[in-house]
Amino acid sequence: MNEINSAHKSIKAKIVLEDGRIFQGYSFGATGTTFGEVVFNTSMSGYQEILTDPSYKGQIVTMTYPLIGNYGVNKQDVESSKPFVEALIVKECSRIASNWRSNDTLASYLKNNNIIGIEGVDTRAITRHIRLKGALKAVISTEDLDDKSLLEKVTVSSGLLGIDLVKEVTCAKAYAWNNQGKYHVVVLDCGVKLNILRSLALNNCKVTVVPAQTSAEDILKFKPDGLMLSNGPGDPEPVTYVIETVSKLLGKLPIFGICLGQQMIGLALGGKTYKLKFGHHGGNQPVKDLKTGKIDITVQNHGFCVDIDSLNKNDIEITHMNLNDKTLEGIKHKKLSVFSVQFHPEACPGPHDSAYLFTNFVEMIKNHKK
Amino acid sequence: MPKRTDIKKILIIGSGPIIIGQACEFDYSGTQACKALREEGFEVVLINSNPATIMTDPEIANATYIEPITPEVLEKIIAKERPDALLPTLGGQTALNTAMKAAEMGILEKYNVRMIGANTTVIRKAEDRKYFKEAMLKIGLDLPRSALAYNMPEAMEALKQIGLPLIIRPSFTMGGTGGGIAQTEEEFEKICQLGLRNSMINEILVEESIYGWKEYELEVMRDSKDNVVIICSIENFDPMGIHTGDSITVAPAQTLTDQEYQKMRDAALAIIREIGVETGGSNIQFAVNPKDGRMIVVEMNPRVSRSSALASKATGFPIAKFAAKLAVGFTLDEIQNDITKETPASFEPTVDYCVVKIPRFTFEKFPEAQDILGISMKSVGETMAIGRTFKEALQKGLRGLEIGHIGFDNKNDFREIEQEKLLHRLKEPNASRIFYIKYAFQKGMSSEEICKLTDIDPWFIDNLKQIVELEEEIKNQGKDIFHIDAGLLRKAKEYGFGDEQLAKLLNTDEVTVRNQRKKLGIIVTYKLVDTCGAEFEAYTPYYYSTYEQEDETRISNKKKIMILGGGPNRIGQGIEFDYCCCHASFALKELGFETIMVNSNPETVSTDYDTSDKLYFEPLTFEDVMNIVDREKPDGIIVQFGGQTPLNLARKLKNAGAPIIGTSVESIDRAEDRDKFSQLIKELGINQPPNGSATSRDQAIAIAKEIGYPILVRPSYVLGGRAMRIVYNEKDLTKFMIEEAEAIDISSEKPILIDKFLEDAVEVDVDALSDGHTTIIGGIMEHIEEAGVHSGDSACVLPPHTLSDKILDIIRHNTKLLSKKLEVKGLLNIQFAIKNSIVYVLEVNPRASRTAPFVSKATGIPLAKIAAKIMAGKTLDQLGIKDEKKIKHVAVKESVLPFSRFSGVDIILGPEMKSTGEVMGIDKTFGIAFYKSQLAAGSVLPTKGKIFISVKANDKKSIVAVGKKLVNLGFEIIATKGTYNVLNSNNIQATVIDKISDKISDNNVLDLIRQGQIKLIINTPTGHKSQSDMKSIRNAAVMHGISCITTIQGAQAAVNGIEAILEKDFSVTSIQEFIKNSG
Repeated sequence: MNEINSAHKSIKAKIVLEDGRIFQGYSFGATGTTFGEVVFNTSMSGYQEILTDPSYKGQIVTMTYPLIGNYGVNKQDVESSKPFVEALIVKECSRIASNWRSNDTLASYLKNNNIIGIEGVDTRAITRHIRLKGALKAVISTEDLDDKSLLEKVTVSSGLLGIDLVKEVTCAKAYAWNNQGKYHVVVLDCGVKLNILRSLALNNCKVTVVPAQTSAEDILKFKPDGLMLSNGPGDPEPVTYVIETVSKLLGKLPIFGICLGQQMIGLALGGKTYKLKFGHHGGNQPVKDLKTGKIDITVQNHGFCVDIDSLNKNDIEITHMNLNDKTLEGIKHKKLSVFSVQFHPEACPGPHDSAYLFTNFVEMIKNHKK
Repeated sequence: MPKRTDIKKILIIGSGPIIIGQACEFDYSGTQACKALREEGFEVVLINSNPATIMTDPEIANATYIEPITPEVLEKIIAKERPDALLPTLGGQTALNTAMKAAEMGILEKYNVRMIGANTTVIRKAEDRKYFKEAMLKIGLDLPRSALAYNMPEAMEALKQIGLPLIIRPSFTMGGTGGGIAQTEEEFEKICQLGLRNSMINEILVEESIYGWKEYELEVMRDSKDNVVIICSIENFDPMGIHTGDSITVAPAQTLTDQEYQKMRDAALAIIREIGVETGGSNIQFAVNPKDGRMIVVEMNPRVSRSSALASKATGFPIAKFAAKLAVGFTLDEIQNDITKETPASFEPTVDYCVVKIPRFTFEKFPEAQDILGISMKSVGETMAIGRTFKEALQKGLRGLEIGHIGFDNKNDFREIEQEKLLHRLKEPNASRIFYIKYAFQKGMSSEEICKLTDIDPWFIDNLKQIVELEEEIKNQGKDIFHIDAGLLRKAKEYGFGDEQLAKLLNTDEVTVRNQRKKLGIIVTYKLVDTCGAEFEAYTPYYYSTYEQEDETRISNKKKIMILGGGPNRIGQGIEFDYCCCHASFALKELGFETIMVNSNPETVSTDYDTSDKLYFEPLTFEDVMNIVDREKPDGIIVQFGGQTPLNLARKLKNAGAPIIGTSVESIDRAEDRDKFSQLIKELGINQPPNGSATSRDQAIAIAKEIGYPILVRPSYVLGGRAMRIVYNEKDLTKFMIEEAEAIDISSEKPILIDKFLEDAVEVDVDALSDGHTTIIGGIMEHIEEAGVHSGDSACVLPPHTLSDKILDIIRHNTKLLSKKLEVKGLLNIQFAIKNSIVYVLEVNPRASRTAPFVSKATGIPLAKIAAKIMAGKTLDQLGIKDEKKIKHVAVKESVLPFSRFSGVDIILGPEMKSTGEVMGIDKTFGIAFYKSQLAAGSVLPTKGKIFISVKANDKKSIVAVGKKLVNLGFEIIATKGTYNVLNSNNIQATVIDKISDKISDNNVLDLIRQGQIKLIINTPTGHKSQSDMKSIRNAAVMHGISCITTIQGAQAAVNGIEAILEKDFSVTSIQEFIKNSG
């Protein structure tokens, strides 16, 4: 192995994984030390959406595409109010931003938001390591470059399993996203991406966003026509309050779950979830609609998944499957107006292939009203 | 949906000869398709006139017709083979157009042949500008403002409506032939006229100029269940206005936000659905306004294309192979991703590297043409490079281009470039603009200014700037290679700087840099191209080099042989050499070796990941090859199959300890070094034209005086007769020495070669095999054109049709003598000239020749395969090759020239090779075989009508017989005064006509050509300098697509062909039948 690094980048940085593997690079964002689970994302564009996706709370994202920051950042392409990733690892961050909409460089954006960014890293080596070993806890530092000390720090860091991260990303109080729309949808915010709200609004919905801790009773007080269970970060099992809320609302109104939302529904319906080896994070995942045989190219971002075998097939229909690893991608209740997908029909970043699911949700609401 | 069962036999149309805009990418796609369909149990019938392709190898299709690709010939094949389906989307524009014509002529209906992949409605909707525009508007996509015109008045009306600048695009052409950008009304008229003529349906689109916008391409695939995926996005470094084939292109897109990219993706999905491409791949081009993001649809190709070959190599996703499978009913999810094995093809590849494609131009071959780039494609080849950053990939690509640059370096001193010229070269797109960007930085120009002048995206310009900045840092740090900061050296390698490039900056040599950086532990790493960004394990060993932490090579314990490819296609070194490299790989696999291919040309079959056991997609330079040798430690390296490129590396590789197999480096030197070679010839008692070699102008003049004019002059160690000239006097020799020789720095290692030029001699090419002891002739080819026309441009016939057995025996004898003396192991090519029954040796090439595939196809003997096995240690005897193969048929090779691409260039043939490709005509007699070869090369020999003849004094005697025959065959001859007089005095009826320069008259040749009255032109140019009005006649012939024969031998052969075809129409025969009949 080669110990010589490219010279002349001012601040050195180190990444130490919990199994002792060390990567070196240079800081291009904020400085300091941070912890998280390292995951890799295979999207070649859309880093700004990824940074601001609340589902990345607790995670350090490695972009597999090496050239990041080329088009800078802009005011529009955000999925929440601020970046949520713990840190960003790239091969090379562009020093200039080239796009008519950009108003800042990526480096400056990360600095301003106090997010550590590391470049000059063999990101493919990290990716292969995670593929073989599974998602790992890691520490990134620009101030402590001592391997031993860093390894000790990462060993005692908390990780994701059994931790409720939803409470850290949900909104503080309920708010109206828009004021118009034929159908009133309440969105239970477990870390909702803004494009879910935009997509609902586009489908003629009046959207109210409520904190994840909102009780079933309080939700029903809004007299919603439907409930959207949003995406969100981390392990679904410790988020017991949402699971409980969902259990109470099953059959009461049409429910559509996305990503963590699907896991909430799965758990509420008596299923189990498990942690995937290294998760699905990227915009090229093939998902088959088992009824039509059609394939959607989907964007995904999850480390946990509902166990197909744990579901009661008398009540639940498997609607979508991942063609890469045959994991569960979508379910539908056979009697109740409930359906969910593990992937992200709201895209941002990623393909728009499954945007029709929002229309399906509205159709479900319409039929339920009849 | 599983495989279709309603079809069993499928006809595939290839793309014919290599021409600008249609190169070996279609051999790659066609070969993949044939293999894929046979794998699924279909019977495949193939038509392709190009013998240098892998797809026309007898084992690739069930029945292979090396016949002219015309609807008429297609009908003959269909009538004979009765296929159920026709797959027209894999052979480029040629296949698409031929299929369309065949459908329009009712041939497909008559024989109940279905088009699969794309039908006529789809093709018309995508290719016809009017229908395409309607379709795009229907699905709400934005287009440039435009109007269609079918004649000049309509074009002028469009000009009035839209306003200048305007782009003119002819419908149904390939590579943008005849299109252009008009800034002035005058230019507009000229381009429209040309475009209307070039369009198959006399239709042009006149549209709003979106010149300077950002240009993108998406490669899209669709299956019969309407699943659509994007395989790759490509962003052009050069903005709109430069043909994408001539642009530096980058994959994936670099400067689109995800919002913009998804909008483009949505559009691509909507387009492929609306156009209705049922299954397979399409290429869709977009333009984006950098100021406001407005996106416009430029065009769509409903077939696999050059870009899909690039996309396949860039991602590892085999588009053509899967397109073939989709065409016969499979869906994307039913096809497995070969690389990951566990995941299906129904996904979108993601890459974790940057790919840069750089076009290769050959403007130096056409001095009269300017190296200005526009929307009509001019490049003849391309190289692709992969790196972890754009900077690394770009520099690797530039050094792989083999145009004298060793990276993003300085060929010229920036201080010597005048400001005015610099600004001009930045503003007007040209073949070396990227280097002018460097000069601009060196002269202190800002990125903003450069962006403004070039319209190139700031991101690309900033990356170039980073390279220049690092170079400055290395130059200014003041330390030599032994003291330079290791971190800085490593960074330079990460930025793609080559060892040779660093050596220049640090005033040392390449090997010192190499050794020192290795000592410092700065060692190359190899990464995999795996379609998935390492998300899944990859089983296919397709590697590229970079400077990273982790290396992924898996080194086996097997015996392995490395084959060096030819790099980017250029005139003189093209598909023929790739064919040989592939065959070497196939042959050595048969012997149980692990084969390792090294090449940088994305168009080729050799860079298909399943051609060899391992593929290294790398530049063919000493550094890049040695890095692989260090890692793989091969048991042998083959340098004699990839053309001059690997041969030029042989000495250096050997000195570095690389195990080169086959003919020794010393023997290669003996054949290439003029003095050593002359010595050898003398020893053997063989004739050679008087010659000498010179390292200075004075020496050259002295030698010329001694051996007498005319002489043939050329630099050593070149391929394709680069800068080769016939010189008739001292004045011209001086000119040559100043303009050509001194420009390429002659030295004692690389002197100028001077030979006595043998006028009116017959030239012969011989390809032979030798194992060091035994030599067996592969084929003897007699050139149609006289010696002095480059062998690559000359037509030739196998077996020879005018040479006596005695002469042939002398040729055989000399071949064996030379081969033995040079201890050739593998292939050998010798050129002979016969004058007054004396056989002279012109040159000996101890390597694979351009004719090796032609001979292999004509005789059924796979020369390159046998040669590879010999290099691996087998003898001819062990391989069962005992005698020269005698064939019962005749094969004619004809070359295809790119003159229509370079306006103002005269079409005469000479010692410098100018052709881009070749075709083969094969039949029982010479006449028919020659006729077929002409038809395949795109020049139809007429069977009646007017023929214009004007020949030089020397040919006047020979023209009598030609004229007589033509009159007897019922042709009407029109001749210029001198030629007329000769014909007339021999009682041959002819009409005299004015030359253009004679006087203004309405009865000159140009008018008759324009009116389409003349069906054939026979015009042999006078000596070394052509008359200007004859040049304009020849140019007019090119513009109007009239066959123009420029040698008397060509004319004689043409008459032979016409005579034969008038007697009886030809039939079609498959290669497999020829081989069977030859026993």
